[in-house]
Amino acid sequence: MSDLQSRRDLLRTIGAALTTQGALSAQDTQHVHHTVMQAKAAGKYQPKALTAHEYATLQRLADLIIPADERSPGALQAGAADFIDFLCAASDDMKEIYTGGLLWIDDEMRRRYDGKDFLEASPANQTTFLDLIAWRKNASPELNPGIEFFSWVRRMVADAYYTSPIGMKDLGFMGNSAMTEFQVPKEAIDYAVRRSPLA
Amino acid sequence: MLQITRSPRVFDVVVVGSGAGGGTAVKVLTDRGLDVALLEAGPMLNPDRDFKEHVLPYQVDHRGAGPHAEVYFNRSPWAFGYFAAPNGNWTLPGEPYTMASGTDWKWFRSRILGGRTNHYGRISLRFSDYDFQPEDGLGDPWPVTYAEMSPWYDKAEGFIGVTGTKEGLRTAPDGNFLPAIAPRVHEVLVQKSCGKLNIPCIPSRMAMLTKPLNGRAACHYCGQCGRGCRTASAFTSSQAMIFPAMKTGKLTILTGAMARELVSDGNGKVTAVSYVDKATRSERQVRCRAVVVAASACESARLLMNSKSPRFPNGIANGSGMLGRNLTDTVGYSVNGYVPALAGLPRHNSDGIGGMHVYVPWWLYGDNNKDFPRGYHIEIGGGFDMPQLGFGGQCSRHEGYGKKLKDTIREQYGAHVHLAGRGEMIPNKESWCEIDPSRVDQFGIPVLRFHFAWSDHEIRQVRHMEQTFASIIETMGGQVLGTQPPPERGISPGGFIIHEAGVVRMGSDRKKSVLNGYCQAHEVSNLFVCDAAPFVSNPDKNVTLSIVAFAWRASEYLAEEMRKGNV
Repeated sequence: MSDLQSRRDLLRTIGAALTTQGALSAQDTQHVHHTVMQAKAAGKYQPKALTAHEYATLQRLADLIIPADERSPGALQAGAADFIDFLCAASDDMKEIYTGGLLWIDDEMRRRYDGKDFLEASPANQTTFLDLIAWRKNASPELNPGIEFFSWVRRMVADAYYTSPIGMKDLGFMGNSAMTEFQVPKEAIDYAVRRSPLA
Repeated sequence: MLQITRSPRVFDVVVVGSGAGGGTAVKVLTDRGLDVALLEAGPMLNPDRDFKEHVLPYQVDHRGAGPHAEVYFNRSPWAFGYFAAPNGNWTLPGEPYTMASGTDWKWFRSRILGGRTNHYGRISLRFSDYDFQPEDGLGDPWPVTYAEMSPWYDKAEGFIGVTGTKEGLRTAPDGNFLPAIAPRVHEVLVQKSCGKLNIPCIPSRMAMLTKPLNGRAACHYCGQCGRGCRTASAFTSSQAMIFPAMKTGKLTILTGAMARELVSDGNGKVTAVSYVDKATRSERQVRCRAVVVAASACESARLLMNSKSPRFPNGIANGSGMLGRNLTDTVGYSVNGYVPALAGLPRHNSDGIGGMHVYVPWWLYGDNNKDFPRGYHIEIGGGFDMPQLGFGGQCSRHEGYGKKLKDTIREQYGAHVHLAGRGEMIPNKESWCEIDPSRVDQFGIPVLRFHFAWSDHEIRQVRHMEQTFASIIETMGGQVLGTQPPPERGISPGGFIIHEAGVVRMGSDRKKSVLNGYCQAHEVSNLFVCDAAPFVSNPDKNVTLSIVAFAWRASEYLAEEMRKGNV
């Protein structure tokens, strides 16, 4: 992910937020600013274990699994592929899963789509293929290696995303900080009780 | 020939182990002006270095997966994750234990100053009157009554600090409480659901400070108690008891000291504790006038069994043959539920004190319609927990990918409840431990061999838990997640709840017990055991508070007996 790309994504996010909500909150603006600054400071991540092609494919998968939306940037921007590559460099078992799984996907894509690998295929063909391997109900001897691999990618992309500053903010986690007292907002209690059979 | 180094100095008391029992003994005995040596098999604790309470996952490169992604391959070197306070593990390199054929026993052992108190759940429940003197004819009575123990519980609570409210329940005796903490949103729903089912759900009793106490700061509500607390607002024996005792000048701490044997003289008195100094792999002895063994229940039994002499051929103080017998753990069973009423809950900080703010004490005492004896309490989890590795595990339930997956995860964040039953196991003849005749650990010390079996009592109790938990979750409009295994497979393995007890039991009949009601060996007047090993039964009321209360009482008694010249 280049700085240019990341800024473009963030600008797109801001654009979407502006059109759907009218304005970004000061907090969101601050967050976007902060994220860009962080990306610039960190520089472009250099894959340690995966080839440039494998890494780019993983980035695309991360982007498809948890995309940016009107609320927040996605797993691509949050560096999910970087986290996975980092662990591939730390563990041969992990590297084997990813190099093998990514090759399997490219192979299958080429057979299905005129010799085009996953990255070369059209977005529509990419998602058509993911629709097959993203569900256990499609289990078959032919697809099982892909279903197994995709569940690894999805789980680790989600792990990477939701433990990142972007993902934590998406969830709205605001804990693990020092407070002088503990209070539970009444509106939160009312919200849950009202929606329950216990109202 | 190995040279054994004897200390020239004779300590008043040697304490073996630095957890809840050893920490209490150290505190009480040094307060009384006695010279104490503390043996700890692990290293010194340094909270500033060892506790990761406020670290966010992304501040660590591997985010908790481990330097070689171990967590993703079920090879985690940490029992409770990378960020948890150091406190031990299910296996220790070079320190095996063995199991009889057919036994599945998990033995969690700690090797650090403070032991398991650095990390434990801090649920602090008094045993009830009927726990000490059972009315159902099962098991044996304790040589102590609730009325005798109540003032010691007062002292224990007053010192470690326990939240709670006066409820007047026989199954959950009231104590000397700090202010309770407000229930979180999911806990309000659980309380209302329980109310509809006529099940009590009351403020939890936890060893976290909702007010400053004894020089320890009040809680700052970061919710990370399991990672250790640098302000010592969550109780640990290391920070609350042992560090202050170090300042008295009365305490000598020997770390890396693996106790091997209690050395006794011809009169049957303990004169020294022999230990292996791990750094030099040499054997040493520290001399003493009395010894408090608080090495954790099974380690204490092992140390006594390994202390053989012509007078005690089957282990010191074991004329009754009861050493190692009546091994128990807590019955464990849990479920997760999804509660749609909580979906999309307005965001707020729900951390509070680490762990539950309300709990369900046992509520069916004396009910003759149920098909199992004794009972259990229910621990409640949920809220906006800090996302950590493993968060992505829920994708296996949702499947798919893309915007819909992201929306679902966001919507359901904080909308789950976790109910865990913690129940009483009745001691049985098939559950015990002994010295394995053919194995030693890396220090040359013979290891334990375990025998363990649940009985139908516990299996039926788990069935009751399963039905009750489903009712509570469904009454709040939720659904239990996953398919529940049959009770005999859903029950936790023995040892897994880490409440092992009973293997050096106390009793008034010296033919049927090792210790008297003061945790003092019937046959060796200067030998005390102060962890959960003396416990005659293992009520559904987590052992730690009672360990502190019994150790406090035993230590005061020991100090008094020494003053009188009786020990």
